[in-house]
Amino acid sequence: MKRILSALAVSTIAGTATLFAGVLPAAAEGLKIGFLATLSGPPAVLGQHMRDGFLLAVEQADGKLGGVETEVIVVDDELKPDAALTKVQGLIERDKVDMLAGVVFSNVMMAVYKPIIQSETIFVGANAGPSPIAGKGCSPYFFSAAYQNDQNHEVMGRYAANQGYEKVVVMAPNYQAGKDAIAGFKRHYTGTIVEEIYTKLGQLDFSAELARISEEKPNALFTFMPGGMGVNLVKQYDQSGLKESIPFLSTFTVDETTLPATKDMGVGLYSGAEWAADLDTAANKKFVADFEAAYGYAPSLYAAQGYDAARLIGGAVEMNGGIEDKAALIKALEAAPFESVRGDFSFNTNHFPIQDFYLVKAVKSGEGKYTTSIVEKVFDDFGDAYAGSCKM
Amino acid sequence: MSFTLLAVQTLNGLQLGILLFLIAAGLTLVFGVMDFINLAHGVQYMLGAYLAVAAFQFTGGFWSALPLALLAALACGLLLEVLVFRRLYDRDHLDQVLATFGVIIFLNELVKVVWGAAPLSVPLPLYLDWSVPLTDTLSYPVYRIALIVAGLLVAVLLYGLVTRTRIGMLVRAGASDAEMVAALGVNIRRLFMLVFGFGAMLAGFAGILAAPIFSVEPGMGDNLLILAFVVIVIGGIGSIRGAFVSALIIGLVDTLGRSFATDIARLALPPSAANDVGPALASMLIYILMAVVLFVRPSGLFPVSSK
Repeated sequence: MKRILSALAVSTIAGTATLFAGVLPAAAEGLKIGFLATLSGPPAVLGQHMRDGFLLAVEQADGKLGGVETEVIVVDDELKPDAALTKVQGLIERDKVDMLAGVVFSNVMMAVYKPIIQSETIFVGANAGPSPIAGKGCSPYFFSAAYQNDQNHEVMGRYAANQGYEKVVVMAPNYQAGKDAIAGFKRHYTGTIVEEIYTKLGQLDFSAELARISEEKPNALFTFMPGGMGVNLVKQYDQSGLKESIPFLSTFTVDETTLPATKDMGVGLYSGAEWAADLDTAANKKFVADFEAAYGYAPSLYAAQGYDAARLIGGAVEMNGGIEDKAALIKALEAAPFESVRGDFSFNTNHFPIQDFYLVKAVKSGEGKYTTSIVEKVFDDFGDAYAGSCKM
Repeated sequence: MSFTLLAVQTLNGLQLGILLFLIAAGLTLVFGVMDFINLAHGVQYMLGAYLAVAAFQFTGGFWSALPLALLAALACGLLLEVLVFRRLYDRDHLDQVLATFGVIIFLNELVKVVWGAAPLSVPLPLYLDWSVPLTDTLSYPVYRIALIVAGLLVAVLLYGLVTRTRIGMLVRAGASDAEMVAALGVNIRRLFMLVFGFGAMLAGFAGILAAPIFSVEPGMGDNLLILAFVVIVIGGIGSIRGAFVSALIIGLVDTLGRSFATDIARLALPPSAANDVGPALASMLIYILMAVVLFVRPSGLFPVSSK
């Protein structure tokens, strides 16, 4: 009996293993940026891309964003809202950072949002864009260099409607972001959703769901399966033969963070995104080439967002001629005085970008190399659905 | 809900069950024979998968990578036993939990340092990279059927080993009363090491088999470890037969629950509520099952008589 009790106790605490890691270089006069990213646990690869993109831009500016000596303190949020909160408070109070940036996941963003804006620290987001921050809860101190969470899903919904798909099955993990993804998809989709499948977060085997999908015979599948879940899904989608008959529309599932694992199995699958490796701008060409040269792997949209976040800061600091006058710096950020790798980029009234969104497709772009490639533009100069309810 | 769907789901359930059995078999032996809680057992599954990736890159083929990765998994298990676990057998469960939890953290980070944080994969092996068409759109990968067959073979082999050989007899005796076995002049340390290495190799084998269908990533063993504990608690700690039966039950209940819970909930609830209740219920099912089994048979389905 004692053994059974031990086993029970064990099974409840197991699976929470994570680590914390931090980088603390010597202090310097100038611009001090606290960069928060998820760098441990299975989704660490997203944080790694975002951080590498950000640091690349700092390095390209010779360590001086906007001409001011820049120190970046990288902190791992461990994908735990409470840990992130403690670390952000440390960055603000102990390290006295001038700005904060980064954040991959929306639950972490929501946890650290209040203390950041209450301390009146400027924050430049490089991924997470939850709807409360874009709408009623918006703040002059918050800027997103990425997107609002719903938008990429809206792209797929609009595309499915444009294609005339009458029957679609939607599938997402059973948590807030999964439900937001499906809500976002529905906003512009005009056909019928014949089945909504919610899977367990972290699910490994999708064979049960794939059998259901084939049973429904939809015109397309829409799914949001970030990280390792997406890798499993893509592999099994290919192995089940569904890839040949049912178009795979996804968001944050097929990109440069998962393609190294899925390889040919991911090729031909669609995704909604605001960036792709072959986006035809001079800034993007330089970014992709320099990133691959510096880190030896292909950048993803997370890397592009991190890169743009740093260059946005650089552009604004340069325009403002320093960081002393915070109100003026916010004005400078609002003007988005930088050349985004995405081309068109301006800020909406809620400090989220107005930008173009694309249907992208995974392609094999070289020997053993896989990237995303633009198929068509779905939205032009597209703002989010929440800007109207933001009063600054 | 057609017949093919049910048949496919049953196959899927069996396949999850087999994978769970391979992990739980080692866990239940180590727990049963040595009274040692090894949280790091899930990490050995992950190591197996990573070793399969490494061996595949080295040899270029799944079939030649398989024995290489198996041997490496065995070596890793023995190394861990000698370096860490050997020192913990006489300590109480809390110490064992703490130390093996540390091993999880260490190895999860180590694979990230060596192979990077991005998920990796192994292609389907030659001769098994085709599918059986089931309906006009859906086909079933032959590899998954092969996985079930391989697992069944291992189960038969293991059953023979435990019930028909001298080593197996010692293992069973050790599960009932380790001190008495030692008093009879058996080198219990060596027996422990053997059981441990074998358990690690089985978990590694599960990882190798999983590599072509699942993504290979840090922390991939943590979820399965929890399921494996559920399996050995339901099956009866120390019982291979119990692990086998309960692994298949858990695999089937989990898979069938996931695919049909929403439909069943829809019979009683409006669709939107059913969409919320179904998945929540599906992920609870195996724990409810465990609670029921523990209520009816507190020592599991196939209890090993213990002190």
